[in-house]
Amino acid sequence: MDIARLFIANRGEIAVRIIRAAKALGIHTIQAYSEGDADMLAVKLADESVCIGPAPSKDSYLDIAKVVAAAVATRADAVHPGYGFLSESPEFARALEAAGIAYVGPTADTIERMGDKVAARQAAEAAGVPVVPGSKGRVATVDEAAEVAETVGYPVMIKAAAGGGGRGIRIAANEAELRKLAPQAQQEAQAAFGDGGLYLERAVQSPRHIEVQIIGDGERAVHVYERECSLQRRRQKVWEEAGAVCLDDETREALCASAVALARSVNYRGAGTLEYLYDEARNEFYFIEMNTRIQVEHPVSEMVTGIDLVQEMIRVCGGEKLSLAQEDIQRNGHAIEVRINAEDPHMQFMPWPGKVGAMTIPEGDGIRFDHFLYEGYQIPPFYDSLLGKLIVHAPTREQAIAKLAEALTGLGLEGLKTTAPLHLALAADEDVRAGRFHTQWLEPWLEAGNLTKATTGGAS
Amino acid sequence: MVQIQSPLPGTFYHKPSPEEAAFKAKGDAVAVGDVIGLIEVMKTFIEIKAEAAGTFAAYTVDNEAPVTAGAVLAELDD
Repeated sequence: MDIARLFIANRGEIAVRIIRAAKALGIHTIQAYSEGDADMLAVKLADESVCIGPAPSKDSYLDIAKVVAAAVATRADAVHPGYGFLSESPEFARALEAAGIAYVGPTADTIERMGDKVAARQAAEAAGVPVVPGSKGRVATVDEAAEVAETVGYPVMIKAAAGGGGRGIRIAANEAELRKLAPQAQQEAQAAFGDGGLYLERAVQSPRHIEVQIIGDGERAVHVYERECSLQRRRQKVWEEAGAVCLDDETREALCASAVALARSVNYRGAGTLEYLYDEARNEFYFIEMNTRIQVEHPVSEMVTGIDLVQEMIRVCGGEKLSLAQEDIQRNGHAIEVRINAEDPHMQFMPWPGKVGAMTIPEGDGIRFDHFLYEGYQIPPFYDSLLGKLIVHAPTREQAIAKLAEALTGLGLEGLKTTAPLHLALAADEDVRAGRFHTQWLEPWLEAGNLTKATTGGAS
Repeated sequence: MVQIQSPLPGTFYHKPSPEEAAFKAKGDAVAVGDVIGLIEVMKTFIEIKAEAAGTFAAYTVDNEAPVTAGAVLAELDD
């Protein structure tokens, strides 16, 4: 491999994770940090570290010029972007390439193509991956919209062709509603974007979020099975599993094969994730987007397959061939990850950047805690609230939930308020235990006061 | 003189968004519950509200400055 010096352009728990993977490969680690992060764990663990600017992300972790200059100054061979920050920036990947530094991820062109929703959908369709049924491009008239809706099936989502960020999205349950809402959507799109073009898509009701982990070396790609990530709050995943027990074997194979087909068709290099909506009633899955980086929840896939995804992505981006053939990748048991955030779940998830007191970390077979904490560490307020991820692995899902509850009970983080009580309540919930949930499940559950009931024994 | 303190560490903003004017300017009447600024903590924005009425005197920290919990953000004249 051509990587001897790896620069880590990220922070928090993922920086620690990358350092551990690099060290296992015998690679020298160089940790970037902002002025707000000088005492973070990754700085202490890395072989060397370099300050890249003031605490606000825009002046440090998001500043391409500063990050590239620091990587050059520290003679890095490669940069690992982690997740978030510059991990899906084609400009960053290009700037590194121009500086002669390898990027631990796909090519800038692939990042750009997969980051564009329309281009990604086209690439998926070209690779034979199912997408949410909808209009082929824009619809010009209300009559045409009604025709398309008849084919894809109600309810349908009406979206502005030029839009984004959810603006102008309407849902029509039947043709009468469509005929009423489409002209409004056209006017709004015209006013907002100067383009009244619309497109239609089937509104998948109460879908599950299922995603497939893939890894490629630019020629060959394999999948590392799927993850179930439907438990979300404000579109942020809070609890993730491998595998998705709602899938039958045939559907799982088709889903994973579709992900590999897309990865191969774009000559994917590095670790990536294809996200799908899964319509349980129809037993159909639809590609929605691809994340061209390692993801927060990658450890559940590692636990059920025994593969170190971060080491593998570093190796392939250092020019090696994939060390794995598809038949080498076997699923074993069930894994669950919960996100331990510095938030008070009893106070509307108010962020709570405290100072870490005494720590008790659960240990044992099938228990893993990926984090960046140490006793006496003051959590900086400038970044996201993820403190760590508690991951458990057991032969069955039921056993994994029991192990999770036990591990959560054994987790002690004095001086902090965290989302651990939420996960304990979820682990005890009948619907969660039965696997009966979807992406729209958790928020109503919280609004109905289930967390309070669970933690006070119903006394309130 | 009434002091308004930050309940949390974070980044203090005088304005609801970069293009808008500050929540309060010198001489403005301040009622209990009026928003005088925002604290960004862990990518979440928390409204800072006056707990006493008065006349706005001044912000005591700069816009977009990092602050600690308990830091005085603004002062009101009684």
